[in-house]
Amino acid sequence: MAGFNKVVTTYEDAMSGLQDGMTVIAGGFGLCGIPENLIAEIKRLKTKNLTVVSNNCGVDGFGLGILLEDKQVSKMVSSYVGENALFEKQVLNGELDVELTPQGTLAEKMRAGGAGIPGFYTATGVGTPVAEGKDTRFFNGREYLLEEAITGDFAIVKGWKADRYGNVIYRHTAQNFNPMAATAGKITVVEVEELVEVGELDPAHIHTPGIYVDRVIVGTFEKRIENRTTSE
Amino acid sequence: MALSRDQMAIRVARELQDGYYVNLGIGIPTLVANFIPDGMEVMLQSENGLLGMGSFPSEDSVDADMINAGKQTVTAVSGSSIFSSAESFAMIRGGHVDLTVLGAFEVDVSGNIASWMIPKKLIKGMGGAMDLVAGADNIIVTMTHASKNGDSKLLDVCSLPLTGKGCIKKVLTDLAWLEIENGAFVLKERAPGVSIEEIKAKTQGRLIVPEHVPEMVF
Repeated sequence: MAGFNKVVTTYEDAMSGLQDGMTVIAGGFGLCGIPENLIAEIKRLKTKNLTVVSNNCGVDGFGLGILLEDKQVSKMVSSYVGENALFEKQVLNGELDVELTPQGTLAEKMRAGGAGIPGFYTATGVGTPVAEGKDTRFFNGREYLLEEAITGDFAIVKGWKADRYGNVIYRHTAQNFNPMAATAGKITVVEVEELVEVGELDPAHIHTPGIYVDRVIVGTFEKRIENRTTSE
Repeated sequence: MALSRDQMAIRVARELQDGYYVNLGIGIPTLVANFIPDGMEVMLQSENGLLGMGSFPSEDSVDADMINAGKQTVTAVSGSSIFSSAESFAMIRGGHVDLTVLGAFEVDVSGNIASWMIPKKLIKGMGGAMDLVAGADNIIVTMTHASKNGDSKLLDVCSLPLTGKGCIKKVLTDLAWLEIENGAFVLKERAPGVSIEEIKAKTQGRLIVPEHVPEMVF
């Protein structure tokens, strides 16, 4: 009996069940806090025609960028995708569809998806190309857009520490989209740097409670820096 | 003389108030952090999930898990907080940020802003800009007054796809400080040595020039 034990020991098990045409929600901001080994496993699986929901799409050769190399992604839902030459090429060729979504709207779409809220109204994007085809409504004299929630067949998440029950904490700004992504997957897979004993994490400091998490795996991470800037 | 990038940042910094939570965009807005007056407490919000952004780290304290919205490595000040993207945009959309400073391609007399998309050029995305302009009440746009070809960026109607509608009230260009009131740009201050004629010539949108327009002092 596995009970609440969410730990898996191979990346094959971690991504078991991923199929062509599925939607995958990924945590991360730029290359910070990305589930780099879970992404590598998707590449190994050669799964095709994926819809990937992530704030960015990695860079050439790292992060989600590696899924473009074998044309595994047919659609990206992102707020900013400027760091990736292969991405640009595939968009211009019509091989890759992009749904640009304001960053806060994207975070809220994931949050709403995980919370069972099918849509929400926001002022973000009113009067812009983002509003095209969407319902609007006035509240207290101001116009708002109806945005729909996002859920995924899989959510892939990068945590710092987790216990075997799937309680997760994130490190510094590697938190970013990860907690929302974790709530919005039918199967949520979290890879972490360290597995700790149940009871070791302060219950009041847990960012993602284990109820959202289906699988936990411990990995080693390159943590590539996109824009190394120092005071010297 | 048109303002330098640093002078623009200095002028924006004069709008800061003690106790302000401030979001600074990429480019000139980022420079504002270098000119926070001594003794004034200002907290910088970075929309990737950091309130209390500090300076860039030293070589040996670089941490891949500690970045700002421009994906640069940064530090956090004592008393900072770190949170998710949803929490970060709750602060922004909920109007909790006191001042937002960001760049633009165009602004018009209705307070519309275009800052993210030039048709037929590569579209990288809006990032958090649409959330910032829709959520903030107090926004300063920083940009050059005209393009390198001399085309005005202060228009009657924005020609580019919008980032936000009717949300801009204050614009600092390299030539002037202007505020948008009743469907016009009102010239409030001019850069040292810049004539009103030059500003008029480079402003396509309706411009109101009060009797006295002080020069900025640096």
